[in-house]
Amino acid sequence: MSMQTIYLLIPLLPLFAAAVVGLFGSRLPRASAHWLTIAGVAASFGLSVYVFMDVLQGYEFNGPVYTWLTSGGHSFEVGFLIDRLTAIMMLVVTFVSLMVHIYTVGYMAEDPGYSRFFSYISLFTFSMLMLVMANNFMQLFFGWEAVGLVSYLLIGFWYKRPTAIYANLKAFLVNRVGDFGFLLGIGMVLYYLGSLDYAAVFSVAPQFADAKVEIIPGQPWSLMTVTCILLFIGAMGKSAQVPLHVWLPDSMEGPTPISALIHAATMVTAGIFMVTRMSPLFELSETALSFVLVIGAITALFMGFLGIIQNDIKRVVAYSTLSQLGYMTVALGVSAYSVAMFHLMTHAFFKALLFLGAGSVIMGMHHDQDIRNMGGLRKYMPITWITSLIGSLALIGTPLFSGFYSKDSIIEAVKFSSIAGSGFAYFAVLAGVFVTAFYSFRMYFLVFHGKERWMEAAHHDHDDHAHDDHHGLGPHDKPHESPWVVTLPLVLLAIPSLAIGYVAIEPLLFGGFFGDAIKIDQTAHPAMHELAQHFHGALAMATHALTTPPFLLAAAGVALSWFFYMKRPDIPAAIKARCNGLYQLLENKYGFDDFNEKVFAGGSRLLGGVLWRTSDVKWIDGFVVNGTARLIGRISAVVRHLQSGLIYHYAFSMIIGAFLLLSFVLFRLL
Amino acid sequence: MFESHILSFAIWVPILAGILVLFTGGDQHAGKARWLALIGSILAFAVTVPLYTGFDFADGGFQFQEGFQWIPAFNINYHLGVDGIAVPLILLTSFTTIIVVIAGWEVIEKRVAQYNAAFLIMSGLMIGVFSSLDAILYYVFWEAMLIPMFLVIGIWGGPNRVYATIKFFLYTLLGSLLMLVAFIYLYHQTNSFEIVDYYRMPIALDVQILIFLAFFMAFAVKIPMWPVHTWLPDAHVEAPTGGSVVLAAIALKLGGYSFLRFAMPIAPDAAHYLTGFMVTLSLIAIVYIALVALVQQDMKKLIAYSSISHMGFVTLGFFLFNPLGMEGAVVQMISHGFISTAMFLCVGVLYDRMHSRQIADYGGVANTMPTFAAFAVLFGMANAGLPGTSGFVGEFMVILASLQVNFWYAFLAATTLIFGAAYTLWMVKRVFFGEIANAHVAELKDLNRREFLILGVLAVLVIGFGVYPQPITEMTHASVSQLLSHLAQSKLPAL
Repeated sequence: MSMQTIYLLIPLLPLFAAAVVGLFGSRLPRASAHWLTIAGVAASFGLSVYVFMDVLQGYEFNGPVYTWLTSGGHSFEVGFLIDRLTAIMMLVVTFVSLMVHIYTVGYMAEDPGYSRFFSYISLFTFSMLMLVMANNFMQLFFGWEAVGLVSYLLIGFWYKRPTAIYANLKAFLVNRVGDFGFLLGIGMVLYYLGSLDYAAVFSVAPQFADAKVEIIPGQPWSLMTVTCILLFIGAMGKSAQVPLHVWLPDSMEGPTPISALIHAATMVTAGIFMVTRMSPLFELSETALSFVLVIGAITALFMGFLGIIQNDIKRVVAYSTLSQLGYMTVALGVSAYSVAMFHLMTHAFFKALLFLGAGSVIMGMHHDQDIRNMGGLRKYMPITWITSLIGSLALIGTPLFSGFYSKDSIIEAVKFSSIAGSGFAYFAVLAGVFVTAFYSFRMYFLVFHGKERWMEAAHHDHDDHAHDDHHGLGPHDKPHESPWVVTLPLVLLAIPSLAIGYVAIEPLLFGGFFGDAIKIDQTAHPAMHELAQHFHGALAMATHALTTPPFLLAAAGVALSWFFYMKRPDIPAAIKARCNGLYQLLENKYGFDDFNEKVFAGGSRLLGGVLWRTSDVKWIDGFVVNGTARLIGRISAVVRHLQSGLIYHYAFSMIIGAFLLLSFVLFRLL
Repeated sequence: MFESHILSFAIWVPILAGILVLFTGGDQHAGKARWLALIGSILAFAVTVPLYTGFDFADGGFQFQEGFQWIPAFNINYHLGVDGIAVPLILLTSFTTIIVVIAGWEVIEKRVAQYNAAFLIMSGLMIGVFSSLDAILYYVFWEAMLIPMFLVIGIWGGPNRVYATIKFFLYTLLGSLLMLVAFIYLYHQTNSFEIVDYYRMPIALDVQILIFLAFFMAFAVKIPMWPVHTWLPDAHVEAPTGGSVVLAAIALKLGGYSFLRFAMPIAPDAAHYLTGFMVTLSLIAIVYIALVALVQQDMKKLIAYSSISHMGFVTLGFFLFNPLGMEGAVVQMISHGFISTAMFLCVGVLYDRMHSRQIADYGGVANTMPTFAAFAVLFGMANAGLPGTSGFVGEFMVILASLQVNFWYAFLAATTLIFGAAYTLWMVKRVFFGEIANAHVAELKDLNRREFLILGVLAVLVIGFGVYPQPITEMTHASVSQLLSHLAQSKLPAL
């Protein structure tokens, strides 16, 4: 089998499985839905490992599969670029996807939409693979929107729930706002750089470093700045950066396995991947990088704050994802692309783990997601407990854990950067460490330690929720550990969450792993170079970290959350009562949702209504169209009187007419 | 015989089939009429297929030409011929006719023979429009096509059909009259009704502008462009499903096609001179009409407004004067043919069961009609221009092409990504998702085989051309580049 066939099979196997299960799932036995799709993704993962090995040997590929369209001298192609950046993404995507497929067997066991769900997640795997394997902007956009479609379908998977179908529409539309910028960016690339093929674009890009465009006449702006910011707007939508982050918390309405796969590990990181892929362009615009940096820093810090006050277990993890995506974006802003990719990878493992762990807790709690009703679960769900602890420790950046290496590298890289906004970003990522530790362990303690609160919750909540499908635990129920199909993925994800950072940091960041896939202007953006100078091995990095601010901040965060929620739960309650204004601000998520709902959604509807009723109905139809008809009616009503039927009227007008004609002719003759 | 008269067959086979269907008589023979119509429409499609298979892709001129003198006294000829822009539209027409016949199978119970005959005859007349190379012949087809459409809406239409038909008829007729004036003027100048003669004729700019505006009145109404669009929502709402399908899928394209065949090549300097005007109207259609679509309560009205908005991409693509934009516009016409057909059929499926088009009367349809909901989401996504569906291709090409002319054109056009998704998916949400809204929805039965078949075929086409649009553009390359090079040459008379 040639390598090209293998490249083709990797995305097509999941697509095939998705199509079969999607079209015929209702007629096939129930188990065939998961066997087919798991087989497809497992094969895809196996082949991705093979390709990864092959790429490590130095074999790269860049070529077309077929010509999608030719027009106006441009050829738009579907094709693959298989380099190390792609290969590592393929590995992450197929691995997490495989874990989620297996997990779903347990999590969705009783759902009537069982085969539909498997079909969707396999379709997602296909779309995501097409996105990361693209060798041109057109296919990138294809995959980009296709993952958006699957995300839409999966957020609204339980389509009876009003909140779910509100959330999926919102997610799609907010993503479309991002895609709006992205598409314009692609248009700029095609027009000014003359192609949509990565290789062609990146090779000519340096010639345009100083090019100017006048989008507003008389205002020459840097071509690269405009293009990169437009492209980045796409990333802001997909990777949920402020202010286009609003869809991600609501996306938690979808089943938990896809929150792990799509809204934590893979799809939301597409923006990070895209900017990394575009590094040859972004490196040419200082302004665009600063923009990226500041947006990322705002997201990293301010979305973290929101995690503190959430009581829904999934929403805590969702805000944590937003904040971590902010970290990755910050890394992009300081030109530490490989660090961003590194954090993307470690985050994919530990965040998928945390989400799947949360899902396991939700199952154990009989679909109660409120952490206030949990507590002491470690006794009943030991595997979930240990793996979630590993995930949380990785998330807050405990030395030796995977998250430590990637997050610490980001913080260090920001420290070494001198680009505009890096001072603020450094503060944000440092403060973010404390916030992350605080909300993560708030959740951890409330769920796994302390008093078993579900007993009381079951009593007084029962009546309120009587109409709901999801009761939570009854007064005499006990939480239970999940079946092996659920815990196995947890264990398999816990291993890389623990170890991948230690193993991968040196080759990935300092070993020139990404080769030519990432371009950095060393002189202007020396952060990566500085980082390499200060690196003396993974173990040394971990021991050295014990005395640095990030570690101390993380430890303080954990300690404070323990003190607040285990020792003195009256303190957070008191703070909440005292600082009501601040609490409301966080509770309203800084007002983004209200603003969007009123101004953008409401404004569009209002404007549409006005245009329709006033312009279309009243003016064009009422005045012009029907007005013309009425006018003709009126004229006829008048003119009708001329036809009086009286001979002498007609005779008189004939005489007048003849007289006028004659005088006209005579006048002309004269 | 067939080889040299393919176009005549394409026009007259459906018309004769239609007349034959009329002869089956009253509704006691409805079954016979349906089968005859189906066979006729399939045959009519079959005779258009050689237009694709026998097409010379390298030739940008007119192919399959045929003709004879019709009225020698005025030098009027029965002259037919097609280029790479007309052929896809002809295939779309003959294909859509089959869909329409099947779509009305059990739904139309009164005057079945007349109903099917009207569509078959209309199909032939519209193919006549796409293939005429003589102005009068074209004009006859153009106006004749109004009659069956008038009847379809007037007889099988909804309660307010009289207002809608008269509005439709007068709107389009008034527009067309100015076109006739233009033809008569051109005849006086050249003593010919050959369209190609008009292409060669030098004309002063002020005259060109008048000619262009006369054509504009006829074509802008048909497309329809803002602000002469208000007949379309009314016509759609009152038309039976088949009428809406033909109206949206083909009738609108008559206007788009005619811009390329008449207005632009006959008056190229005027076309350049009035570019700003045309682009402005197109962008108004894209943005303003999308906002209007957002607040519609009636599904058919919503899709009608969505059609106008999508047709804005067609006219925008034309007046960018670059190949990417113009081919994008042609792709958009074809794709819109499939997608609007599918969307109107989906509304028809619901209307046949519930006798309501109001969004508010629905909710949670996906619970009782899961297969149908899957189709509706697919076509909704295609309407919102999702990559992988044909709806994306044309919009993508036109947006990229418009950016090459002016960034802000692209900026405004690209808002369709947001608004197109908003009005389509908001409707999908309100109709299909949620709990079952009422007892009527609870009783809905999922698609029957006939409905599944036609929606399935359209789904395959929508995805097929989304994944591989090359066959359409390949066909148009030579003709578009020939047209553009013609448009680049001034026709102003030498001083």
